[in-house]
Amino acid sequence: MTGALLKVVAQLVLLLMLAPLVSGFIKTLKARLQMRRGPRLLQSYSNIHKLLRKGMVIPETASWLFSATPYVVFVATLLAGLMAPMVVADTPIGLFGGVLAVVYLLGLGRFFVALAGLDAGSPFGGLGSSREMTVSALAEPTLMLAVFTVAIGAGSTSLAEIARVAINQQWRFLAPSQALAFAALFLVLIAETGRIPVDNPATHLELTMIHEAMILEYSGPYLALIEWAASIKQLVLMTLMINVFWPFGLSATWSPAGVLAAFGWLALKLLLLSCAVVLVETANAKMRLFRVPELMAVAFTLGALALISTFLF
Amino acid sequence: MTVLFTAGLIAYLAGAVAGIAGVRAPRRARIGAFSFALVGALLEIVAAIGALAQGGVTAWTLPSGVPLFSWAIRVNALSAYFNLTLGILAAAVSIYSFGYVRAMEGRRNIGVLGCFYNILLLSLTLVFVAGNAFFFLVAWEVMALAAWALVSFEHEKARTRRAGMLFLIMSHAGSGLLLVGFLILARASGSLDFATFHHAASALPAWQQGAVFLLFFLGFGVKAGVVPLHVWLPEAHPVSPSNISALMSGIVIKTGIYGMALVFFDFFDAPPAWAGILVLGAGVLSALLGVLYALMEHDLKRLLAYHSIENIGIILIGFGAAMVFRALGHPAMAGVALIAGLYHTLNHAIFKSLLFLGAGSVHYSTGTRNMEEMGGLIRPMPVTALCFLIGAVAISGLPPLNGFVSEWLTYQALLAGFGSTQTLTRVIFPIAGALLALTAALAAACFVKAFGISFLALPRSENAAQAHEAPLSMRLGMGFLAAGCVALGLGATWFLPVFDPITEQLIGVRASSALTAANGFAISAGAPHAGTVSTVGIAAMLVLLSALPALFWLVWGRAGRRATGPTWDCGLPGLTADNEYTATGFSKPFRMIFSALYRPRREIQAEYEVSPYYPTAIRFESEIEPSFEKRMYDPLRGWLYRMAGRMRSVQAGSIHAYLAYIFVALLALLLFGVRG
Repeated sequence: MTGALLKVVAQLVLLLMLAPLVSGFIKTLKARLQMRRGPRLLQSYSNIHKLLRKGMVIPETASWLFSATPYVVFVATLLAGLMAPMVVADTPIGLFGGVLAVVYLLGLGRFFVALAGLDAGSPFGGLGSSREMTVSALAEPTLMLAVFTVAIGAGSTSLAEIARVAINQQWRFLAPSQALAFAALFLVLIAETGRIPVDNPATHLELTMIHEAMILEYSGPYLALIEWAASIKQLVLMTLMINVFWPFGLSATWSPAGVLAAFGWLALKLLLLSCAVVLVETANAKMRLFRVPELMAVAFTLGALALISTFLF
Repeated sequence: MTVLFTAGLIAYLAGAVAGIAGVRAPRRARIGAFSFALVGALLEIVAAIGALAQGGVTAWTLPSGVPLFSWAIRVNALSAYFNLTLGILAAAVSIYSFGYVRAMEGRRNIGVLGCFYNILLLSLTLVFVAGNAFFFLVAWEVMALAAWALVSFEHEKARTRRAGMLFLIMSHAGSGLLLVGFLILARASGSLDFATFHHAASALPAWQQGAVFLLFFLGFGVKAGVVPLHVWLPEAHPVSPSNISALMSGIVIKTGIYGMALVFFDFFDAPPAWAGILVLGAGVLSALLGVLYALMEHDLKRLLAYHSIENIGIILIGFGAAMVFRALGHPAMAGVALIAGLYHTLNHAIFKSLLFLGAGSVHYSTGTRNMEEMGGLIRPMPVTALCFLIGAVAISGLPPLNGFVSEWLTYQALLAGFGSTQTLTRVIFPIAGALLALTAALAAACFVKAFGISFLALPRSENAAQAHEAPLSMRLGMGFLAAGCVALGLGATWFLPVFDPITEQLIGVRASSALTAANGFAISAGAPHAGTVSTVGIAAMLVLLSALPALFWLVWGRAGRRATGPTWDCGLPGLTADNEYTATGFSKPFRMIFSALYRPRREIQAEYEVSPYYPTAIRFESEIEPSFEKRMYDPLRGWLYRMAGRMRSVQAGSIHAYLAYIFVALLALLLFGVRG
């Protein structure tokens, strides 16, 4: 019991501490690639710390839902993160839910943020909510196709089971079905985490924004919780991708040496994936909103091909 | 048990009498009719629970007075389950009706409403327990007529009358198909008894099996609202009073689902595999089109009606998968898929009725069903808003409520389907799963719109600004169903054994122990290591993890001040409700992305005096094409009219001609009889 509790706490701390670092790294690297100095690597931590200590302004028109949403989205995203394997294949609370529960818990958070966007009565919030729900609805079938491809390969929706199967077949990511599913998931990652070319995380008060528009009315600790949750969501999706498709170094047990090595591998793999995200962000311009369905159609086709190649190979 | 069951029926009858007796005394009619309905519903719940606990089949015959035909009643696990669903809804809706109908006193004929309400409940109960085809069809027709009377209750509006007529015509077309299907089965088995129909359809030659399957699928499909037979549903469900809408969407369309379960799993041993794939395909199509049309609706009750089509689709995905698994010889997997479908039947009944009752409360206090005239209702109507939010989370399939559990089971059934066969057909299961995911995501978008536009932000009209909370009885009715959403979500593993007698009766397996893991703490996907989920665990963790943000607040946040201020308005002088995002605006991206389906048309007229940049008035009109009505039903109706026109020459109106017809018919029958 205490062992299980320790594992939960360890993964909780890892999620909370690593997520701002990944976001910060992406921001810094992107700035460097664009010949800017950019914020320092640890700026995200300072931002969260600053926001948590500040006061906040609640819109007059907002209801209790506005205040409840930061808690719901923060807690739901954290719980999704606890279900995902990070350094050890055996997730601490794998019994509570597998990959479907992760997808739906992230959906729960999004549902409440979208409602809160409408709550303040500002047209920006409604605009953001409408677009966020559109983009996520278009990304959802691809996400589920990739999930199904992986789950069919492992014969299970349990993430611990999927990771275990993946560890035993280290080179499986070269198989056509896995490579195609990975490509499809990468497009979903870009759409779900609000990155260029789907959304621009660096803008405020611009008509192209999606996620930032929804949370425009948030300030202080509530904003800290929501932004923290967004970076945790990004970390969870990235970890899922790399641990399911590239299980190198993922530890099978909780032995200290294994965990330490696995942590190193995790950091390295996150670094590589973050570089890929930054390259895509830097090399592309933001798409018009109504071009996003085409990108998602490409992702869906990749997912469907992945599935069909499971059948062929 | 038999006694309780019969007592429930008598209570409904008494309610009908109390209603009709009180035509001139509305208060007495209201209290009498709905009290008896509540008593009847509670008795039926107890009887159904007893039947489920006892298992097996209880059959008896009511004295009929009609020779040849008997009023045979047969209560088995399947009918008890549907009666339980009916009882739960009827109890909640009856409590709600005390307050809801009160506002109609003096304006409408409450006696008639109460009478038909009880007759509807009575006939629904009998549909679920009818033991032979004749009795089933009688109950089915009484149900259709009672439902028609209730749909047409506000008959002074032309639209209501049209909706009622459409419902009646479609319903009877469906009944006709059922009649033929029953006749084919009766000829094969030599009796009208359902007991003799058991697996009788599978003994027929292949083409007759196909015909029987199609007749029943279409006949019950009309009642269930399967695309493309759904056109009556979004017309008929919204126009009736909201307590009736709740029953219509909650349980009346489920009679179609009951019929399908009866035919596909009891009358058929294992239907042909193509039949299963057809049902699965129809399910996916209904789910997707239902939610896509729902997204475009701004009439709250029409939106909910389209979501009924969506959820019937999700139920059929489970049923279709179960049929394919049976055809392929995987009873255990069929059990999981069937449970997914049946569980979603109950779940949808509960959250959809809850949402309709919520819409009724909103209509009760604002007088409108148009979402663009609501807004900000969460403040004057906190209880209604909370109940509606719970229903919205549940119908969107989000954890930890009941919709999530049945959708999770459906996904697991589809995933298992991939391993069920080696042929290319197995690809349809994951594709169906992906489209189910799209449906669920679109449903979430639709309920963000429905709740966000109706209940949040500023009131969009004078009526919404002066809204008030619904009376206690209405809140109680909604609260009861909201508690049901939570209980069926968190308590899923404890509820699963209810399905054991049903799956044993229909496909000969008991699945609940394979579906529970960790001593009932988690639901398992059926096979070992195939995956688990624990709604209780998720709920507990959500509560426990909330301690974390609280801790942050204790450490850092206490110094910060919490102030209220105006919403950011870009420097304009004050934000009004006109600045808010509308429901039309919210669904605009979907309208553009799926324009091939919607074929939207819009018209903008601007009036100006000096320059077009300074319009004095703008009129905006936007509509989507009702494709099924225009491309399928309009040609069909035209053909029917033409045929009817030709038939007219036969109906000359002359008594001599009719005598000649009778003579010819008699002669032909005699010749037929002599030859035979």
